[in-house]
Parts: sequence; structure tokens; C-alpha cells
Amino acid sequence: MKRVLLLLFLACGIASAQEYFPNNDDVSARGEVVVAITNATIVTKPGTVITNGTIILKDGKISNIGSGIAIPSGAVIQDAKGNYLYPSFIESYGDFGMEKPKRATGSGQQYDEGRKGFYWNDHIRSEQEAMSFYKYDEKAAKKMIEAGYGSVQTHMNDGIARGTGMLVALNNNGDDGMRILKKESGNFFSLRRSVQTRQAYPTSLMGTLALLRQTHFDADWYSKGNSATRDLSLEALVSNKDLVQFIEAGDKKNVLRADKMGDRVGKQFVIVGGEDAYEMIADMKATNASLILPINFPDAYDVTNPYQEWYVNLADMREWKQAPANPYLLSQAGINYAITSKGLKSPDKLMEKIKMAMEYGLTADQALAALTTKPAQILGVSNMVGTLEKGKVANFIMTSGPLFEKESKIYENWVQGSKHVVKDRNRKDIDGSYTALIAGETYKMNISGDAKKVSIKIDSTKLGSKITYDGRWINITSTQKDSTTTGFTRFLGVISDDSNYHGIAYLPNGKEISYVATKVEAKKKDKREKDKKELKSIGALTFPNVSYGSALKPQEETILYRNATVWTNEKDGILENTDVLVKNGKISKIGKNLSAGNARVIDATGKHLTSGIIDEHSHIAIDAGVNEAGHNSTAEVTIEDVVDHEDVNIYRDLAGGVTTSQLLHGSANPIGGRSAIIKLKWGYAPEEMIYSDSPKFIKFALGENVKQSRFQNGVRFPQTRMGVEQVFEDYFTRAREYANSKGSKKFRYDEEMEVLLEILESERFVSCHSYVQSEITMLMNVAEKHGFRINTFTHILEGYKVADRMKEHGVGGSTFSDWWAYKYEVNDAIPYNAAIMHSQGVVTAINSDDAEMSRRLNQEAAKSVKYGNVSEEDAWKFVTLNPAKLLHIDDRTGSIKNGKDADLVLWSDNPLSVTATAEITMIDGIVFFDKERDLRFRESIKEERQQLINEMLAAKNKGLKTQAPKQSTKTLYECNTLEW
Amino acid sequence: MVIMKRIIYILCAVVGITATAQQTPVPAANKAYTIMNATAHIGNGTVIENSVIVIENGKITTIADATTVRMSPKGEVINASGLHVYPGIIACNTTLGLVEIDAVKASDDDREIGTFNPHIRSLIAYNAESRVVETMRPNGVLIAQVVPRGGRISGQSSVMQMDAWNYEDAAIRVDDGVHMNWPRTFSRSGSRFKPGPTIPSKNYTQQVEELKQFIVAAQAYTGTGKKDLKYASLKPALDGKANIYIHVNGEKAIRDVLGFVKEQGLKEVVLVGAQGAQNVTKELIAMNIPVLAGRVHDLPARDDADYDMPYKFPKLLSDAGVMVALENSGDMERHQARNFPFYAGTIVGFGMDAERALQLVTLNAATVLGIEKDYGSLEQGKSATLFISKGDALDMRGNQLTRAFIDGRDISLNTRQKDLSDRYMEKYNKK
Repeated sequence: MKRVLLLLFLACGIASAQEYFPNNDDVSARGEVVVAITNATIVTKPGTVITNGTIILKDGKISNIGSGIAIPSGAVIQDAKGNYLYPSFIESYGDFGMEKPKRATGSGQQYDEGRKGFYWNDHIRSEQEAMSFYKYDEKAAKKMIEAGYGSVQTHMNDGIARGTGMLVALNNNGDDGMRILKKESGNFFSLRRSVQTRQAYPTSLMGTLALLRQTHFDADWYSKGNSATRDLSLEALVSNKDLVQFIEAGDKKNVLRADKMGDRVGKQFVIVGGEDAYEMIADMKATNASLILPINFPDAYDVTNPYQEWYVNLADMREWKQAPANPYLLSQAGINYAITSKGLKSPDKLMEKIKMAMEYGLTADQALAALTTKPAQILGVSNMVGTLEKGKVANFIMTSGPLFEKESKIYENWVQGSKHVVKDRNRKDIDGSYTALIAGETYKMNISGDAKKVSIKIDSTKLGSKITYDGRWINITSTQKDSTTTGFTRFLGVISDDSNYHGIAYLPNGKEISYVATKVEAKKKDKREKDKKELKSIGALTFPNVSYGSALKPQEETILYRNATVWTNEKDGILENTDVLVKNGKISKIGKNLSAGNARVIDATGKHLTSGIIDEHSHIAIDAGVNEAGHNSTAEVTIEDVVDHEDVNIYRDLAGGVTTSQLLHGSANPIGGRSAIIKLKWGYAPEEMIYSDSPKFIKFALGENVKQSRFQNGVRFPQTRMGVEQVFEDYFTRAREYANSKGSKKFRYDEEMEVLLEILESERFVSCHSYVQSEITMLMNVAEKHGFRINTFTHILEGYKVADRMKEHGVGGSTFSDWWAYKYEVNDAIPYNAAIMHSQGVVTAINSDDAEMSRRLNQEAAKSVKYGNVSEEDAWKFVTLNPAKLLHIDDRTGSIKNGKDADLVLWSDNPLSVTATAEITMIDGIVFFDKERDLRFRESIKEERQQLINEMLAAKNKGLKTQAPKQSTKTLYECNTLEW
Repeated sequence: MVIMKRIIYILCAVVGITATAQQTPVPAANKAYTIMNATAHIGNGTVIENSVIVIENGKITTIADATTVRMSPKGEVINASGLHVYPGIIACNTTLGLVEIDAVKASDDDREIGTFNPHIRSLIAYNAESRVVETMRPNGVLIAQVVPRGGRISGQSSVMQMDAWNYEDAAIRVDDGVHMNWPRTFSRSGSRFKPGPTIPSKNYTQQVEELKQFIVAAQAYTGTGKKDLKYASLKPALDGKANIYIHVNGEKAIRDVLGFVKEQGLKEVVLVGAQGAQNVTKELIAMNIPVLAGRVHDLPARDDADYDMPYKFPKLLSDAGVMVALENSGDMERHQARNFPFYAGTIVGFGMDAERALQLVTLNAATVLGIEKDYGSLEQGKSATLFISKGDALDMRGNQLTRAFIDGRDISLNTRQKDLSDRYMEKYNKK
């Protein structure tokens, strides 16, 4: 048998040799080898089956396929009776055969590019061609072949733009000439920095997205021949633009971000990622993107130790339970996806994970499609691979039974018509129970584990035993029934057609006795009952799908607050015993004894109703970097790209009465990024949180952070306050010049300049991080010189020294209530700052810049009463109406007035009281925090945790793999948080 | 006109310079005061609505209900009708006076190198003239425990009052205790720039063992042979003459600490921080171990936790019967120490009785620090360390001090911050 196999390999090898090559070791005139596999059940593609089918292979292709087709004379026939054929899988993602990228070394900061003749950013490596890093990896291929793969798309997995990939057949019997099915199969991108460079930019996810946008704008510009110099990266981007465009994104939020970036540059990416896509399935569907979906479902946490279990968030426990349902839920939603083994420890885990997904409802056809036809379609190679049809590459697997059934095994994987044996299909499966009568004793034998284990009993005495099986000979050694003796019995046997086996037992006394081991038919499990097995449930799925999320997305209500003390922030001041009606998301009526109609009535007797707190300076709910610190100006980045709607600090802020926050870029550079102004609509998607028609804002910064005071050896300009002024001068001058170049032939669209222009044209407002009076005055002067005004100085701890000048300029101040002494530039900070600015007519607000302080800004406002005797009404405006004014949203929110957004908080007490707590917080008429509901959440979190803990313990007891407990912790950002 | 302006500026500058000097400590008290008709918040959970308080020779010689006691006032009479009197608030576990400006390394003296530093004393680095310290007083924070940071054993703290020329006259209790930082059972993985999940600490067992070895060796040390500065400095604490503050978080770690305390026979132990202690209250009570409860104005320790856990944590311990005071170590801890009254006030919002909450930052704190004989409450015979406030001192709006006394000395409530405020308001008013 083995010899036959070997011959076949040789035959294939010869058939594939180039016909025009000279041949000096044999005769050249050889016939071609045609193989016919007969009597198989052939699944040509998901849902299409040929029973008793034949497939004919010639030159690595399927020359014919069907039932009852003619077999060419001279074909080598292989009978596959009882076996199934399926298209081999296609791995659409990975770094198969790629050399490892060389990690850049060195120390200190590097801001400029390290290469010449390429794009200005080293992370854009679009000129990389997979072929130049490729070497066929037989070992890795073997693993993939055994997992069922017949072809793989591979590329250099390094850089934000990564260049082209190639499609390779996993033919360990072939050569690259045959194997490379497509040399340029796609153009690749990612959201991850290259390791081959130390260039700082981008230091953040938002910077990465901005870089991808600008690169595409530049490629477009370059393609029109506008560049005076050659740029090999842009050149490659231009010439590869018609290939399929792939981007590795990651989780659901990054998938949406990558798609949004694609929309901006006019590209529909195929997106790699989305393991948690089921949590935002409607948004996912709306992208129209095809996904390449990893299925590396997490292992259960080992929660045997309650102290360690404590650290695991409910959200992570849920993910364990829910993630395997992802492929099924995506299929249900009609989202196009291919499954990848990317992320799996090894390709042989693929089947295990697919079967997990099937327990939640994924059908065999859906699973097969995601491994064959879908990747072929997504890669645009359906004409070659993915189905078993005449003329296609002969890539198929032969299995013992229906592919995804528990007992089924892959026997062979034929790639380009060349057989790769995974498991010898002629090797008889001998697992089962046997009885044999030998020397008057009845031996009961049980062979299991694919003939790797055997147990032997005589009556009830268990013998020690070992087995080997080579496909023909069974060889068992066992101890004696009488355990005091030391001899062994050796059984030799050969399996026969009737499933029994015949052999000779060599007893310890030297006697040889022939025996027949008769197979005992195992009771067949009732198959129907097995099929009826219920699908696994995913349990609670909430909005957002973390602790304190709601089972239903919170909805707008008609609500009447009855008999409250109402802080209007309007002319009316504070109204006692007043009703407020909320309807259609707006404040609809304010008055006494309002008729409730069908409104839900909330008794607010003894309580205070205010408009919601607005935090002018917040860094909660941001993913993957608050600072793009790679350049001294980064106007091109925007926090709107990286809003994290699942940050529990949103919920905590709601519990502190906050309804709106400006999520600001950090303060690592003089010109920072654009803001996201959001309503804290916990349970809604990022795009739904961001203000519709949002006022445009950008963060500027001055002082110690921008001049890198805490760096040992700063090399980025500026390193002094003197330099900071010149950065602004420089960029505004350039922005003017840029504006003047519009309409010229060689005009190059520049997102950063566009944003700076918006500032110059007073369409975008500046909120500037600032501390000392000199720099504050400087920036006002720079702005005045360039014809605009600064909107807000934030922090502004020396605002009290220049309040008159601020008033004159028309800038507001948003400050800390009492922070100081944490760095040199806040040495003169005083808690009277807000009161003094306010006294001079500056619109004054108090902000947090801190996830802890933001949830008790009412207390911070109250400090203005202590420090500076501000009236309670005015102090309250410091955290409501005034920040609304500073953010230009005071026409919508910030006070209680008919027609304004119903962003309201019901307080247990005067909101400035240290003991006041928020009882109900609503935004747009939707209740997002309710103290009583919060108590119910606590209970349900406890219960759900306990249930999941039990399930995970059960999983562990079943012998499933577990992982050590871990706590996913959100990085708490402040202005000066740097991460890269 | 221009010349005129310049003169004013120069004048202002001169005034500024003199005004920005630190507050001058008041000489030892020989004056008597009688505070009449104030609502006296005693600090032990009780209130006298209409009180009379007499201060003589730095002590409270009388505190009584003005409606029932008849006596003639002594010394200066302070009419405090409608006002409130409180014992001076005590800030535990601070680094006041050890650091002036966080980001200026040259001004930082809170953290010595080395792992076992029981010989390090905060006392001598305490800057009585710190501008941060003077900002405590207008909020009623008159006493602070000054604690070194870092290492497994950080060193020894002292208890200071906030109106002094130098560390010697500031000290109320010198070397009140030694501070240990219990190893972390869990720690965050990954790098500073790329933080990973929090996972069980690999070195926990080894670190606990090292600490044990150190304590065992110190216990065995007799001082007869070659002198060991570190072991010798631990003696008072091991003999129960000074406190042993163990900074620890997490239920498991706390239980390990209790085992360690029993095993080593440690006396006068105080837990600091102690998140998770709400599940170990029985044991704490049985072992008579008080807690300096971690910062009230903090975020919950995990996503699933009750949003108000840090707010109500001291109450949970107190309700169970544990002796609790407050501490506020962490980010921005120094200048925030002036918010100790508001920490207590916040707890009131989450269900604690106001007088009990006050006790957390007065009598309980004094008791934990071992100065309750003289400080922490308005009781006859105790030091007259107290202040008068226009309103509820635990509320930001009510916390308006009119007078404050430390050991009967009528201290200044001015600060450089107030001077700066006045200076610029004057500038604007003259415009």
C-alpha cells in the first residue's frame, strides 16, 4: 500500500515537471497520469451533493465531475465508497511563508521618516510585495493541510499599509511555479504600527485612521501626476488600487471605524475582525463590508478561586458564553463573511471551534461556505477554488463522513490534484469491544482512542495492558489475572473483514494459542435524540453588552416630574413646587399642577430638578489613545473616530448627573485633535452619542505638556513657551497659503490644513489647555492677529490674572475647582479662580479632566460658593448652562426651558449639597440612570455572575481548557497620558 | 497717568511680596476664649445645639450646654450664635509637607529607595512652611499624619499640627507608627505604554515570605551585638509602642494580613486602604484592628462594582462595628487633603449619619493615631484644636471658617492663595 502511495507521489511530481526542460535521468516520453476517484459522496459546494459521484483529475485540475460519468481509459481509479469529498478550505488571512519583519532598534524619539523615496511615514509600506518576503513553509503547510486547507492568502503582516498579498496552494508535492495561484491577490492595510520603524506618528488609533485617510488622498493626488518627486509607496498604492482591499481591524468598534475610514476615501474594504460583531449587528450589517472572521473563542475562566474570580468582569464572562454564537448570528443577519483560523493557536483547532459555533445554530452549509465559497468570492478567486467544478483547481478533502459530524475524520487533502494523506483511510478502525475465549478464560477487551488504548478484563479483574496497531497487525501485551505472577501475555492478531480479529496468544508459559476476538456490537445511540439536542443559548445580551447594560435599548418616554424644586437656569431662577413635562424628548411644559395625560408621573416632592451636568473637559469613553503625540500639530485626528460607548465610566457619570461631555484630545502637542461632543446615551452606539450637527471643536495646548517637560531629552519642537507661539504662527501661515493654493492645478488636499482653515474662518472653535498668564495672553494675541478668537481656555488656572483681557477677547474659561501643586505651572493656581473670572464677566465653567471627579461635578461647582462667594444659582451654571454656552449647545441644552432637549437630573437634595445624589438622569427624554433600577442591576449582575461561574466550573469539570482569571481594565486617560 | 499706573504696579508688587510670605505661627497660648452659643459638633457622634466652650491655656476647660450651665465667660468672648464649632479635622495617611510640587523632582521627599526602610522617618523632611500645608487650615484640616511612601516598609510617620515654625514644634506624636505595603495579590500586566489585563502576581508568595523573614529577624534582634539600624527602628512597633500600618487592598490580601498579624504576634495594627474589608469585618472586630478607609472620592475597583462603593465603603465598615477613619492616598493626594471634610460629607449622602461621618475625620482618626487623649473631640481637658464655621463644615457651601485654634492658639486662616485672589481682585476693582 505504502509503495503505491509513493509511486503516486512520484507520478504527480513527474507530471508537473516542465515539459521543455532537458531530462538526463530517465526517458522523457511519459504518459500523463489521470486519477479518477469513484463512488464518493461529493459535496461540490454548500448545499449541492452528488451521491455516488466520480471526480476526474488531470493536470492539477478537475477535468470532470459528476455521477455516472465516463472514466478515461488509463486512469488510476481510487474507490472512495463510503467517503465524502468537499472543497478544500481557503485561508484568506495570515502570514504563511512570510519572513519575520525585522524589528527596528534604537533609543530616543524619532519623529521623521527613516527612509527616502517612500512616503513620509514609515508605517505606510504599501510597496511591500508578498513575493519578496516569501518562502514556502512545508511544515506550516502540513498543519494547514491536515486542518483541511488547500490554499492560503498570505502577506507581510507588518505596517499600516502593508502592500500586496498572494494566494498560494498548499501543495507540499509541488513547486512555487505551480503553487502560486495568484501573485498579487489583494492590497493590505491594518490599524497596527510597523515594527520595522520607530517613527512616532501615529501614536494613537485616531492617528492611524487619519494617516490612512491622508495616505489615500495623497495617492489620488499622486496618481494625477502632481508630485514633483517619486514616491514608491504612493506609486504602489496607485497601481494596486484595483485589487481587493483588505484591512485588519480587530473588534467590532474597529471594524466600524475601518469601514467609516473606507467610506471617506471611497473604498469598500474587506475587514478582518469582528469576533464580537454580534454585539452591534445592525451597525455591522449597515457597513456592507465582507468580514474575514476570526473564531478564537475565549476559553472559560478558571473561577475555582473566588478571590481571583472577583477580578473577572461580567462582560468577559459573557464573552466566553456568547462569542461562539457570533458566526451563526452574522449568518442570520445576512452578513457576508469568511472564517479565518487567524488567532487560533494552531490550525488544528479550527474544527473544534467551528463545532462550537454549530452548537449555537450555525449550519453545516453555512460553516462550509465560510471556509470555501465565501473566501473564494471575497478574494475574487471563485473561478479557481472554493467549489468542486469542472475546470477548477483540484483542491478537495476526503472525509470519513459528513464533514462537521463528531466522528468524522479528514482522510486526505488533495491539493492541485496531488494527494496529501492526513489519515490512512484504508487503516481499519478497530475501536470497540471484543471477547475472546483463551485457555478457558473469557477476555473482554475494549480498544479505544483510535487503537491507542486497550483495557482487558477477565471476569471483573482488570489486567494491565498496552496496544500497538499498524493498520494491519494488532499487538497487545497484558499482565496476568493472578496479580502475584509476573509473566505477560502477548496477543498478536490481524483484523479480518467481519470486524473480528484472529490471532495467536503467546502465554507466559510459552504456550501459543490461537483465538478469535469477536466484536461485540455497540449499542447505537438513538441518533434522532442526539439531533434534537437543543441549541445553546447566549444568555443575556444587553445595551451595551457589559455590566449595567439594559436588556432593551432605553427608549424615550413621556414623563411628568411632579412638584419639584426646579433650577431653570433661566430668568425664572429656582421655582418651587413646579411640574415639568417631558414629551418627544423635549421639555414640553413647565408649570404648576400640569395635567399628566398619559405621562408617567414621577413624584419629585422635596427633590430638585435641574438640567444635566455638562463636562467641558473629559477623557472618558475613548479607545486606544487620547493623544496623537507623533507631531506637534495633529488637527487631522478626531476623537469622534474613537468613541468607546462601552466604558462603564459613562454609566458612572450618569449616576453623577452628567448628560453631556466634550471628549477632548490630550495635551501632548500645541495643536491637538478634534473633539467629540457626546450625550451619555448609555446603550447607544458611538455615532448615536455624538451630537447631531455637532459644533466643531479642536484642542490646543500650551505649557509644560506640549514642551515635553517630563521628557529627559526632548527633541520635538517646541521645547519652550517661546517655540509654542511659533508653532501656531507657522501652522496658521501655512493654512492661509494652503487656502490660496486651492484651485491650482497641483493642489493637494490636506485634512490637517482643512481643519486649521476652519479655525481661521471661525467655523471651528478652539478649546485650549492653558495654565500661566503669559501663554494665555500670547494665544489670544496670535488668534487676534489671524482674525479669529479662542473659544475656551480650559484648565486656565491663572485665568484670574488675565480675566479682564479674557473678557476683552471674548474667551470663556473652564477650570478646575481646586486642583493645584501637581506641577510647576500650577503653582499659582487658586481655588478662587472660577469666582474671579466669573466676576469679570468671563463665561466660566468647572470641568473634570478626570473620570472620578466628573461624577461629582455638582460638588466641584459648590466649591465656588466657598471660594469666592459665588451665588448658588451662578455656581450651578458653572457645570450646566455655562459649559453649554462654551460648547455652543446652549440652544439645545443647559437649562430647563420649553422646547429644549429633555436632559434632566432629579436630585435627592439641593444639587450643590455635598449629600445630594442623582436619582434619575435622562437625556433626550430617555431615562439612562435610575437609582432604583441601579439596585436591580446590582442584583442581576450578582445572579448572572453566579450562573456563569457555575457554567464555567462545569466546563472545567468536563475537562475543557480554561484560562487564568484576568481583569480587563480601561485605561483612565488624562490630558498628559501618552501611550506608544 | 502712565507713571501713576506704574507706581501702583510697583506698590502691588511690593505688597505682593510681603503678602505671599507664609503665615506666621501664633505663639503659645496664654489667652482665654469663650465661644458662646455655637452648635458644637463634639466629634464623638453627639451635638450640643447651643453650647458654651471655654479655652484656657490651650485646653478646653469647659464645654457645656449653654441653656443649662450658668457661668461667666473668660477671656475673649466669641459670639458664635448660628455658627458651628468642630474639632480640628485630622487627615490620615498624607504626604503633606514632604512634597511641594509633584512634577518638580527636587521638591519631592516622600519616597526613599530600598525595600525595607523602617528606619526612614517622615518627621525630619516635613516642611512646616509648605504652601500646600497652609491651604489645609481654611477648610478646618488642622492635624495630619505625615507618611513616607514606597518600598515594602516605607518608614515611620509622625502626626503634625498645621501651624508651626518647623517640624519640632509641629509634631504632636513623633514616629507614631511604621508603614508596610502588603504585596499585591493581583497586578496589571503589560507595559506602561501598553497595559495588559490584571493577573495574579507571580511574586506574591515570595514577597510575603521576604516580609515575614524581615519581621522574624527584627523580632529576634536584641541589639546586643552589632547594631542594625533597621531592626532596631522596628522595636517600638513590635513592642506595641507604635502602630503598625499595613497598606493593603483586596479581601484575600486582607485575610492574609490577618493571618500574618496573628502569626507574628503583631500589636497595634491598622489597615490602610483596605478595599474588600467589608467582607472581613467580624475578624477585624475580633482582632481589634481599625481601618483607615481608602479614598472616598475614588472610582470603584472593578466594572461590576456598585458605582457608589467608594462613597459608602467607610459606612459599611462602621455599621459593622469596625473602628474607621479616612485616608486619601493616591493621585493628587496632597492638595486634596483639604477636602477631608467633604469626603465625610459625601458619605452622608450615601446614608451615614452626619455626626458619625464627622467622627471618621476627628475622634476616630485621633484614636487610630493614638492622640485621642488630647485631640479629636470637643471634650473638657482636651487640646483646644477646633474651628468655627458659618455652616455645615462637611458641606462645601457651609465650610466657611471664621476662626480656628490649634492648642488654643488663634491661628491665621489666610493663605498665599487668598492673597493672590485679593491682589487680583484689587487690580480689577481699581480699574
